[in-house]
Amino acid sequence: MFEIASVVVLLAVPLALYRAIAGPLVYDRVLAANVIGTKTVVLIALVGFVFERPHFMDIGLIYALINYLTTIAVLKYRAQGGLD
Amino acid sequence: MESLQTVQTVATGVLLGLGCLFIVIAAIGIVRLPDFYTRMHASGKSDTLGQSLVLLAAIVYEGFTLVSAKLLMIMLFIMIANPTATHAVARAAFKVGKEPWKKGDKRR
Repeated sequence: MFEIASVVVLLAVPLALYRAIAGPLVYDRVLAANVIGTKTVVLIALVGFVFERPHFMDIGLIYALINYLTTIAVLKYRAQGGLD
Repeated sequence: MESLQTVQTVATGVLLGLGCLFIVIAAIGIVRLPDFYTRMHASGKSDTLGQSLVLLAAIVYEGFTLVSAKLLMIMLFIMIANPTATHAVARAAFKVGKEPWKKGDKRR
């Protein structure tokens, strides 16, 4: 059950990756990167269930935090030309 | 005891199926929609709901343990952070002066 769900989530990643490569604006690419990051969090949790490794949930939590920070940092860098 | 486990398994399957459906619809919307602001609908709402449903399915499958508490934390954080990040992207694009798409415009 979790195997099928993880394959479906994995199949949704190339569609977002297409938008990250072909997107005309910078903001399209940032949005696609954010979507891929949150899908990765779900994928880490599902893979932790498939292989019965409960420690993967901690990794997923940290990954979610870093992903959110990355989006905000890239936007701030784009808007101000610096991270001060 | 047997029937409770059956209910748990069926609920997990239904939630996983719904979540995968929403995730696939959001990915198709990110590719197909005509404009940057319309693409943000797919990312901000549908994707958040799909991922929350998949994590909720994992919580239902696990029961009351430490792992499900961590999964609940991940789910709550995604439900807060994903729309916030989408709003930040929209605000940054609007401040630069990108015009929203109107009916009849070219796809971009």
